[in-house]
Amino acid sequence: MIKAILIFNNHGKPRLSKFYEHYNEDTEQQIIRETFHLVSKRDENVCNFLEGGLLIGGLDYKLIYRHYATLYFVFCVDSSESELGILDLIQVFVETLDKCFENVCELDLIFHVDKVHHILAEMVMGGMVLETNMNEIITQVDAQNKMEKSEAGIAGAPARAVSAVKNMNLPEMPKNINIGDISIK
Amino acid sequence: MPAVSKGDGMRGLAVFISDIRNCKSKEAEIKRINKELANIRSKFKGDKALDGYSKKKYVCKLLFIFLLGHDIDFGHMEAVNLLSSNKYTEKQIGYLFISVLVNSNSELIRLINNAIKNDLSSRNPTFMCLALHCIANVGSREMAEAFASEIPRILVAGDTMDSVKQSAALCLLRLYKTSPDLVLMGEWTSRVVHLLNDQHMGVVTAAISLITCLSQKNPDEFKTCVSLAVSRLSRIVSSASTDLQDYTYYFVPAPWLSCKLLRLLQCYPPPEDGAVKGRLVECLETILNKAQEPPKSKKVQHSNAKNAILFEAISLIIHYDSEPNLLVRACNQLGQFLQHRETNLRYLALESMCTLASSEFSHEAVKTHIETVINALKTERDVSVRQRAADLLYAMCDRSNAKQIVAEMLSYLETADYSIREEMVRVLKVAILAEKYAVDYSWYVDTILNLIRIAGDYVSEEVWYRVIQIVINRDDVQGYAAKTVFEALQAPACHENMVKVGGYILGEFGNLIAGDPRSSPLVQFNLLHSKFHLCSVPTRALLLSAYIKFINLFPETKATIQEVLRCDSQIRNSDVELQQRAVEYLKLSSIASTDVLATVLEEMPPFPERESSILAKLKKKKGPGAVSVTELEDSKRESSELNGAGERGPDQSVMAASNASTPSPSADLLGIRSAAPVSTAPAGAGSLLVDVFSEAGPTASSGAVNDDGFLRDLEQPPETSDPLLVEGSGDSDSAPPSEDPAPPLSEAEELLNKFVCKNNGVLFENQLLQIGIKSEYRQNLGRMYLFYGNKTSVQFASFTTTLNVQSKPVEPLVEGGAQIQQVLNIECLTDFSDAPLLNIKFRYGGALQNLTLKLPVTINKFFQPTEMASQDFFQRWKQLSQPQQEAQKIFKANHSMDTEVIKAKLLGLGMALLDNVDPNPENYVCAGVIQTKSQQVGCLLRLEPNAQAQMYRLTLRCSKDSVSKRLCELLAQQF
Repeated sequence: MIKAILIFNNHGKPRLSKFYEHYNEDTEQQIIRETFHLVSKRDENVCNFLEGGLLIGGLDYKLIYRHYATLYFVFCVDSSESELGILDLIQVFVETLDKCFENVCELDLIFHVDKVHHILAEMVMGGMVLETNMNEIITQVDAQNKMEKSEAGIAGAPARAVSAVKNMNLPEMPKNINIGDISIK
Repeated sequence: MPAVSKGDGMRGLAVFISDIRNCKSKEAEIKRINKELANIRSKFKGDKALDGYSKKKYVCKLLFIFLLGHDIDFGHMEAVNLLSSNKYTEKQIGYLFISVLVNSNSELIRLINNAIKNDLSSRNPTFMCLALHCIANVGSREMAEAFASEIPRILVAGDTMDSVKQSAALCLLRLYKTSPDLVLMGEWTSRVVHLLNDQHMGVVTAAISLITCLSQKNPDEFKTCVSLAVSRLSRIVSSASTDLQDYTYYFVPAPWLSCKLLRLLQCYPPPEDGAVKGRLVECLETILNKAQEPPKSKKVQHSNAKNAILFEAISLIIHYDSEPNLLVRACNQLGQFLQHRETNLRYLALESMCTLASSEFSHEAVKTHIETVINALKTERDVSVRQRAADLLYAMCDRSNAKQIVAEMLSYLETADYSIREEMVRVLKVAILAEKYAVDYSWYVDTILNLIRIAGDYVSEEVWYRVIQIVINRDDVQGYAAKTVFEALQAPACHENMVKVGGYILGEFGNLIAGDPRSSPLVQFNLLHSKFHLCSVPTRALLLSAYIKFINLFPETKATIQEVLRCDSQIRNSDVELQQRAVEYLKLSSIASTDVLATVLEEMPPFPERESSILAKLKKKKGPGAVSVTELEDSKRESSELNGAGERGPDQSVMAASNASTPSPSADLLGIRSAAPVSTAPAGAGSLLVDVFSEAGPTASSGAVNDDGFLRDLEQPPETSDPLLVEGSGDSDSAPPSEDPAPPLSEAEELLNKFVCKNNGVLFENQLLQIGIKSEYRQNLGRMYLFYGNKTSVQFASFTTTLNVQSKPVEPLVEGGAQIQQVLNIECLTDFSDAPLLNIKFRYGGALQNLTLKLPVTINKFFQPTEMASQDFFQRWKQLSQPQQEAQKIFKANHSMDTEVIKAKLLGLGMALLDNVDPNPENYVCAGVIQTKSQQVGCLLRLEPNAQAQMYRLTLRCSKDSVSKRLCELLAQQF
């Protein structure tokens, strides 16, 4: 079972956190910090698995992570999951995000937390994997968007204004995640 | 066109996020957030009704604020309102908010449940999926109560859309995990199994997780899934990479599903049906073959997916442990991976090999890789991989390579640099290997002293206790040990643990090296005393005892040592313990005669044989690599059980035959030795257990009992001097009862239950007779005093008691108003579930009284409490994850649910009650080891009270399944 899915950037700022087991808010934040601490101190070129921190359940749980450009994608899983399988799942997740957002970058995750949640929900539900087929996931997300569009009507107008915001002068414009040439690291 | 166009979204939200991102300081950020929270709050509270779009926008803002780590204490109601909107977007954001932010706020749950109910019955697949997602993500008990019967219906209904089926399967799984009692098996179960054949791969993917979990808990009911899983797997494995279209991932057909199928098969023994088995073996061979084929793509994703399947296949092969051919291939494949350039593969190969090392067939094959593994331990850059290598070395260690492995692990410890927790485990392992495979004990002593030198900080008490036990019990190594510690203490800085060992050993055996002028008594003393001031209080106390022993060993040191004891820093020490020791030792040395001194300070008698305390500790701690070796201890038997062979040995039948009166097999399980009858009793009754066990007193103590403790040889003749030892199985005809004993009283079981959590009390009482019980247990031994009181004024004649095992007769007459006593010595040979029967017959007046009771001896009496930290507990818990190892009961409270009462009961049970282990402080968690002669059974317990429902959930996990079951039955009656 997947216990938690965390995405944070190189500085430890959380970009997505999804817990499939109940913790109170404080513990969740501590887990994110602890996980960041464990994962970020690791060199490149070491393996993608490590034992979970104490808060998440210690040695019973593994952290399986991948590091893409500015973001860490970390899945915390128990022993019933295949390590390599989860690595593939992370890859499917990122590729799906990339298709949905067209060259996904950290900003997309920031400004569209809800969308990211919805995409994730098509893949993982209650800690178990629902679907691994990218096309199927994207079809579902597309269908949602169509429905949104048809409902948006007049409310669609302000949406267009947002594109301007995305190009505003931001202090640190994160790089695209750049899915094209990902090697495993 | 991308599915989410970049322009979509809400302007207000985007501006807010940008504001936050532009904040220069944390304070500014908090200020901005508070401003926004105030704004949203006023909007929600305001008179103007908000439209759906605004609500959605504000809820999104709250989500973002929450993600930044701020508490959100409002907005829940608005989110719930969104659920009932007819607009998809609003409904969706409402559900999102709830699944991220709401957990089990009971008032809201009712409202949420209402909305979910509407959506489930809407027949709109999108809405249904949203609702199912929400149930799965929140997964509270209230939700299970509301929907547990509805979801299976949706799952198997013929007209349910595929996407809804997928969600329903996982939703049901979640409910089953949180509240298994509410998900009732039924007609739907067989149809769920057939989802494995579903056309839609997504449905199969979701269903298989559900089926795996259900079959772990109800293996028989889901047995049919094996053949279905095999045929599905076979179709996937043999398909071309293009056959499965979208489910082909980087040229590998359906890797995720294949892994899950292989995992499901690991819940069962190898299929019995030859055809199914043949097909499965074929699949496994194909998977192994594919690993050797050239890759279809250079992309790492391709090899990842391929290897994910391969590793699962290998796990299955190891799980079956019955196909030598496949095992060898698996081992070779892992061997290749050990040197692979991918770090991930090296890591996984080491991990899999650890389990392989415990298989009889492949232990030797694994050993051939020793050089590679040692090399990994030395050169691997990645700490995680090095840890796996160390675990594997531990697992592959046996007598033939112990010296090499222990040496490598020691030198690794010298350079290792990681956290305390891991270091401790590593140190324990070295200590265990050294002990287990020690051929000559000087090597053992060297190793442990080296260990203390290298990693003194991480050497726990158990390690140095153990080395002292062993040195004391083996006189051939004492001189060497004394010499070695003496040398080790010469080092200018030596670890405090070394001082402890040194103090103890020189105090006992310093005389063995005193002949050499370089280690004359005074030199030894000065050496020890030079460390004294650097040590902590407990070590100083130990050293003081060593000094007084010196006075006995070497009278010439008396003056010097008395001088030391007399000085103010000792005799006026602010620490009470030290002060007391100094005063007493000083006095003792001044007034006692040499003879008295020699008696008091005699050399320590050998320790009674017991299991290595280190091993016990590691059993609690068990890193992944430890599994194999500790299990090897009771290996043969275990492995035959694993393969589904009969769980009882042949000796069983003998006993059953000798006990015609009861069907219970308890007789051979619980050997009861009857001690001398009544006459000796009353005075002895008060004496403590301690002397019960060292029965013959100091004279015998050097004899049989602790012969050679080291190898824990259970075969050695047990205290043969004890004439009263009667093996239960032997002579059942020695005292055949003249009349058949009565069947057990109807309330016998109930009476037994009264004694599960206590040892003393009144077992039985009627108008004539009162039977009291006092009992004491230690490890696998126990002593029970039975008091038969005559409540009448008339004599009981022909008083006999018969155990269905064996006992010595009691006094045949019980005078009116008098009491007689019977002592039983009990030894637990192996685990058991039926209590022995006690039959009592006597004549009262003319009438024969015949009465049978259950003797309150239950398996929990042989518990040794085990303290452990939270992480150890959970690790151990996880290791006992096979379904048959767990027993669970949910039951109504029969007694008060008061915390103190429950605690007292759990303590009475004999396990250690662990605090701060369970994340929920309401729950109780206990750990203990049941000591039997043949083996030890580790047990973990978790009791979850639900005060509102007046219910408990009790879960037990034990290394032996019959024990879990029995304990669960016993305990369910207690609360």
